[in-house]
Amino acid sequence: MKTDPKGVLTGLHRLNGNHACAEGALAAGCRFLGGYPIVPALEIYERFLERAKQVGATFIQMEDEISALAAVLGASWTGKKTMTVTSGPGMSLMMEHLGLGVMLETPCVIVNIQRAGPSIGIPNRPSQGDMMQVRWGSHGDYEIIALCPSSPQEMFDCTIKAFNLSERYRIPVSVISDEYVAHLKEDVVIPPAEEIVVEPRRYYTGSKDNYLPFKRDKDFVPRMVNIGDGYRFHVTGLTHDDRGYPVMNEECQEYNVHPLVSKIRNYADEIIEIQEAEIDDAEIIIISYGATSRAALKAMEQARRSGIKVGSLKLVTVWPFPEKRVGELAKKVNAFVVPEMNFGQVVLEVERCSYGNTNVIFVPHGDKGVENTDDLLSAIKHATQEKSVRDGLIEYKQARE
Amino acid sequence: METLISSKVQEAHPEDPSKIGCVHPMEDVLRMDRIPHIWCPGCGIGLAVTAFSAALERANIDLDKMSIVSGIGCTGRVAGYVKLDSFHTTHGRAIAFATGIKVANPKIKVVVFSGDGDLIAIGGNHFIHAARRNIDMLVICVNNFIYAMTGGQVAPTTPLAAYATTCPFGCVEPPFNIPYIADSSGAVYVARWTTLHIRRLSNSIVEALNKKGFSVIEVISPCAQYYSRINRLGDGLDMMKFYHNNSEIRHGEDTKNLDIGFQKKIIVGKFVDRERPTYTERYNEWLSELKGAKDEPG
Repeated sequence: MKTDPKGVLTGLHRLNGNHACAEGALAAGCRFLGGYPIVPALEIYERFLERAKQVGATFIQMEDEISALAAVLGASWTGKKTMTVTSGPGMSLMMEHLGLGVMLETPCVIVNIQRAGPSIGIPNRPSQGDMMQVRWGSHGDYEIIALCPSSPQEMFDCTIKAFNLSERYRIPVSVISDEYVAHLKEDVVIPPAEEIVVEPRRYYTGSKDNYLPFKRDKDFVPRMVNIGDGYRFHVTGLTHDDRGYPVMNEECQEYNVHPLVSKIRNYADEIIEIQEAEIDDAEIIIISYGATSRAALKAMEQARRSGIKVGSLKLVTVWPFPEKRVGELAKKVNAFVVPEMNFGQVVLEVERCSYGNTNVIFVPHGDKGVENTDDLLSAIKHATQEKSVRDGLIEYKQARE
Repeated sequence: METLISSKVQEAHPEDPSKIGCVHPMEDVLRMDRIPHIWCPGCGIGLAVTAFSAALERANIDLDKMSIVSGIGCTGRVAGYVKLDSFHTTHGRAIAFATGIKVANPKIKVVVFSGDGDLIAIGGNHFIHAARRNIDMLVICVNNFIYAMTGGQVAPTTPLAAYATTCPFGCVEPPFNIPYIADSSGAVYVARWTTLHIRRLSNSIVEALNKKGFSVIEVISPCAQYYSRINRLGDGLDMMKFYHNNSEIRHGEDTKNLDIGFQKKIIVGKFVDRERPTYTERYNEWLSELKGAKDEPG
């Protein structure tokens, strides 16, 4: 493999989603991977390992996913861009350190290739069952960023974007894909290194005596320093003040945790990426993300051909959720159709953000094949029928059962 | 104890001996703005930190290139009081966090300072694996035989028959022998001291800091508030007297023989001191072999 000195594999390649993810990480400057083998994510680990020697990256296989993410957080404080890769069962173990990463405001990327659950489930079947887990899985209040790629090209792009967002907002960012995309082989265009936008870490540059690890800059995000730079800083997972010292009272809890939430909520518009298609005249909008958005776009075209005005809203960023946009669209359309490879997760968020202004039809998707559009089309048909959409929805649900 | 009092105090006030004591002798390595600390009267963790701070002054290591990681619990608070790049992390995961630091930047000297419950119970898996890999770090494990931060629950080190709030009829689980686990998992340096042996402990820390590989020092410490009180062993001073009368120095003792019974003899000393290639050494060796191959970037 010939790469440029920055480790970017410029050119047109046929890659599966996992390999594209590893390439994206290397292109974004990731130089440390701590992981624990798990199906269906381990190709990312293997690809990274294969390329590590060319770019001088470090990897370590830890004893479990708990320690994998712990090591990733530790490594991040040495100034390296770091990543871990896993699937549902590993994600469950990582929740402890997702919380620590949020509290220590440590940039890193967690790639979760979702597989069917709960528990061990089916290791090599796709699912979107971890969508709420990644948002709420760790205890306490926090906001999170999660990106959902739907193709190998997007795996590459989203991984780079995830690194950039994690540096910008000092937060662990999840790339939450699924087995289908991970093992799907498609063409991936990797641009030259100089065309890839890479967000550098934002360092503190003032005097050594005045460094406060959690003093927020104008953009709400504190500046980092590296271990070994001589700042002799302290950080803790306890509720802390600007100095990083624990303070056990309500005022400090508010002072510490509120910004963890607002640094994401206040910048949601900058973070959120959605892709809209045929929205302007749409009467029905399919809201989808990840692998299901492939079927959604196909169903949209099929429905349009039969004269139904269907649009598509594809969520590249699922968390933070595009609350504003969904709320606006809810006032304009007759129904949202939400296909998901689970029994209803992101659809709850769509319902919430619709404020009762439109009907939301959930389509548990994937049991007939990920790219199969039958269920989607029948949900769309029900949504167009003259009777009230709510009745149609009940009928549709009964038909499925 | 002379070695523990820094010459800096005299230097700062050469003419006025009355001012001796105005500067804390360990100001350079402690976060004075966080004193007073949270430890109870009679606790031994402060002594372990004193021994550690004294060792830092003597170990001839660039303190700017040093990082200390702690987990949760009474000893878990140590990282907050030591003026190094310090991390107070999750329960039991200090070694895993420290592994990330060391592997990502091998130039950093890493110390893990935590308690027996943190390192050997919830963190036991990380402990044995870091020893197996021979990650170059020093682990100081303060063993007070009990979970003290939460109020005196049974620990994996609580001696058989000792009382704790969660074993009101006496502990029925045999305890771990920490030096034996460390030794059999591959640690290159294993020692045990009590907080009474502060000079020897400090010397041991200096030695271990200059040793390459996974080093473990167990520090037997009184918990005057919970372990002593629940077991009616008196206060911190009584525990120190007990250590004085019942500890025996046996360097090189087989780690199999280091079990600690309830109020029985405590064998202390340096038990293991050997050489093994560290994780980073093996990793770099592997990398340099591959770098010469045809896959050079170009």
